[in-house]
Amino acid sequence: MAVIIRDFALQGAQMLLVLLLSPLLTGFVRKVKARLLRRQGPPLLQPYLDLIRLLRKDVVLANNASWLFRVIPYIVFAGIWVAASLVPTFGSGLMFSWSADLIAIIALLGSARFFLALAGLDVGTSFGGIGSSREVMIASLAEPAMLMIVFTLALVAGSTQLSTMAAHILSGEEGLRVSLGLALLALIIVAIAENARIPIDNPATHLELTMVHEAMVLEYSGRHLALIELSSALKLLLYVSVIGCLFAPWGIAGPDASFPALAIGVASYMVKLAVAGLMLALFETAIAKMRVFRVPAFLGAALMLGLLATLLLFVSRSL
Amino acid sequence: MMVVYSLYGVAALVVLAPLAVALGASPRGTGAVYGASLIVTLTLCMIALLSLFEYSNRISSITLPLGLPWLGAHFRIDALSAFFLVVVNLGGAAASLFALGYGRHEHSPQRVLPFYPAYLAAMNLVVMADDAFSFLVSWEFMSLTSWALVIAHHQLRENLRAGYVYLLMASFGTLALLLSFGLLAGSDGSYAFDAIRASHPSAALAALVLILAVVGAGSKAGVVPLHAWLPLAHPAAPSHVSALMSGVMTKVAVYGFVRIVFDLLGPPDWWWSMVVLAVGGITAVMGVLYALMQHDLKRLLAYHTVENIGIIYIGLGLALAFKAHGMPLAAALALTAGLFHVFNHSIFKSLLFFGAGAVLNATGERDMEHLGGLIHRMPQTAFVFLVGCVAISALPPLNGFVSEWLTFQAILLSPQLPSWGLKFLVPAVGALLALSAALAAACFVKAFGVSFLGRARTPAAVAAKETDSNSLAAMYFLAALCLVAGIVPGFFIDALAPVTKSLVGVSMPHQAGVEWLSIVPIAESRSSYNGLLVFIFVLLAGSIAAFAIHRLASDKLRRGPAWDCGYPDPSSATQYTASSFAQPIRRVYGTSVFRAREIGEMPPPGATTPARLTVELRDLIWDAAYAPVATAIEYATEKLNYLQFLTIRQYLSLVFAALVILLLVLAIWQ
Repeated sequence: MAVIIRDFALQGAQMLLVLLLSPLLTGFVRKVKARLLRRQGPPLLQPYLDLIRLLRKDVVLANNASWLFRVIPYIVFAGIWVAASLVPTFGSGLMFSWSADLIAIIALLGSARFFLALAGLDVGTSFGGIGSSREVMIASLAEPAMLMIVFTLALVAGSTQLSTMAAHILSGEEGLRVSLGLALLALIIVAIAENARIPIDNPATHLELTMVHEAMVLEYSGRHLALIELSSALKLLLYVSVIGCLFAPWGIAGPDASFPALAIGVASYMVKLAVAGLMLALFETAIAKMRVFRVPAFLGAALMLGLLATLLLFVSRSL
Repeated sequence: MMVVYSLYGVAALVVLAPLAVALGASPRGTGAVYGASLIVTLTLCMIALLSLFEYSNRISSITLPLGLPWLGAHFRIDALSAFFLVVVNLGGAAASLFALGYGRHEHSPQRVLPFYPAYLAAMNLVVMADDAFSFLVSWEFMSLTSWALVIAHHQLRENLRAGYVYLLMASFGTLALLLSFGLLAGSDGSYAFDAIRASHPSAALAALVLILAVVGAGSKAGVVPLHAWLPLAHPAAPSHVSALMSGVMTKVAVYGFVRIVFDLLGPPDWWWSMVVLAVGGITAVMGVLYALMQHDLKRLLAYHTVENIGIIYIGLGLALAFKAHGMPLAAALALTAGLFHVFNHSIFKSLLFFGAGAVLNATGERDMEHLGGLIHRMPQTAFVFLVGCVAISALPPLNGFVSEWLTFQAILLSPQLPSWGLKFLVPAVGALLALSAALAAACFVKAFGVSFLGRARTPAAVAAKETDSNSLAAMYFLAALCLVAGIVPGFFIDALAPVTKSLVGVSMPHQAGVEWLSIVPIAESRSSYNGLLVFIFVLLAGSIAAFAIHRLASDKLRRGPAWDCGYPDPSSATQYTASSFAQPIRRVYGTSVFRAREIGEMPPPGATTPARLTVELRDLIWDAAYAPVATAIEYATEKLNYLQFLTIRQYLSLVFAALVILLLVLAIWQ
């Protein structure tokens, strides 16, 4: 009984942790980017304040928005939140991590995107449409690339369960592998695309024709917008957690870890988030956004890297 | 005994067909025919379910004194037939229920009613047939009845063309199947399936039979490049028949393929799977790319059938590969994935065609560019159609995802396959499968978004009304099945166990007893998925968020004009259309696959002529494979036409010459 309570508590802690930390990560990236540009930048906690203010405001709904438009923010948020709480962050002994493996987590994110793209079309404006149609184009390349990466990792670890994969990498019997290197590169490209970061999309843009994600959610306001913003932050955190859990699983507490081990897990997770945020900010500052029809080549590279990594594993068990 | 009861049901359907000619004149007769079909198909479905569950080890068969005098007509229900009978009759029952409402709007019911029960009977007979002769006769019967339904609305020229192409391709497919059965039966003509099973064809012969089966069954199922008739014929029929053709008849074709390759042909060679996998992968991606380029709602759905057939073939191909290499457990997993997708696709494709039919009835439009905003006028249809869209896009927690997930799990087992060809092909096919899944989601964002969301584009879309309760009942029933099969897939996988056991020797581990109703294909440390928990979690997380925000933050709502970055335009023509939505994807994939070109005509400033954007797409498969054949045949018939206008003397000398040549051939032969 005590074990079950412990596991439940761990799962609950994970759900709250990802929810509470995700705006901080977004704020951190913004702050670092601003400092790199020699600006003061908004305070670290600004995303929380934004969310609270948005939550308190009235929703202004377009006249012909349907019931689906009002439901979608909740669907998107729920889907991404559930996905994020099933990825091991500080400990791998999550109560329900077996209920969805990595393929299912990716597909859950796909569901969220499906509905968000529908929301872009609901009001019947041209900006919503342009956002949705570009979003699905990007996804049509990013999703297969992601699945190829999953294949690579699953073939190395002999499992599609994230906790088993992390444990396998952590056991140290793999060492350096060509296929894992290719997969990491592809995963970073996919993560940049999925989170609408530069060079695919610009999260801070105010020039309408360059927007993808922001154009899609243009008609949202108030609490709906707050949920969408929170979901984007959660998604960024999720991808960082996936990369951390698969390629830098150091410090993750095992299934029945003691309290100090969990504390180490949380601390190492914070370090990983900080490093990832720093690198993302550096990368985004150093590079320019690309034209939308250059994106397929960029993502096509990720797909090919993923496929190559999988092929290598099919051909030889040691590459 | 089960086969006898089923045959009674089929007989009832056959008797109903001529009755329908008399009944069809009155509106009440329409209801009677569809009502009777509904009752009979439901009964048949129950019988099939019973034979699948209760009598899984017992095979019931019967020989009737029909057909060839020395052969008789053999019918049999084993696990495989029972499963496909469930698929056929479940689809048939749903279509009949839908037609109770939908069929009332038919303006020439006598062209539809008699053929409808006959078509259902034919599909049942194909699945039950246990000798080559009755199989082929039922197969042709199925083709002809569906052809009659395709040209039911013969006033439209395009429907007549669709019927013509369909008839040609159907005959071609049957010819291939005829030859393959002929080779299987051998020179002594043992056409009963039992005799075929007992004989072991040589490797070369088996290879020939395999190719003929891929072509014959594939042309009915719609594998690329034999798919050309499908997107013409399926949308031409009335919508409930479209649902049957796309959701059910293609599955009967898959049944034919499975029956020949897994059952009759004996142990597989390893390279067979290469053929099936390559065909499946190409079919999946080409099908969805074609679908993305369509803006006719029913044709888009028909092209999507092509894609899903590809996914099914990938599952079957993997099963063949594992079976050939003596990995029965993996083969059982792959086969279960393929057959589960057969079931799933029959459910959601029927649902989507019903939805398209309801839209067609309400607006008179199939073209998505003339729809829009239907979610306000047909909220219930929109809801169930959305469920179908999510299911077919392979998104959790609905059923389409589960079968694709199982296929991915099977792919992940394939590095253990020893042959090099497969080592290269399987990852490529996996990438194609992933690509087609992602493109399918894009395609259904387009289909649902353009037809149901946004603002109405035409007066017809403004005037649309919600459809009738019978049609809605049929759609709700199928939508509920999509959810149930998605969240408790374990029961469905267990139901497939006798089928895989009979075809590859073993079945997947029992799933119903797994904790929390998860599915665990191999071992829990390897992979597991629990649709029920995922569904409950998402539901809970969404409700908690909604409740907390409404209670603690704000629940106020105001309506206002759309924002649109400050430039909202009242004209509904400024929305994104289906073709503009597909433009990025057309640019990325279409320039090579379809030679897509966009020609923009911009008049000089001050001119009053409108600007124009023309999109040119070429169907390369049609141009490369079909057009030359059609030209050659036309050329040959043009030349041979001369033979019709000879004198009697010339005809007699032709006959004489033929006789001499034949005698000569005979003399040389001996």
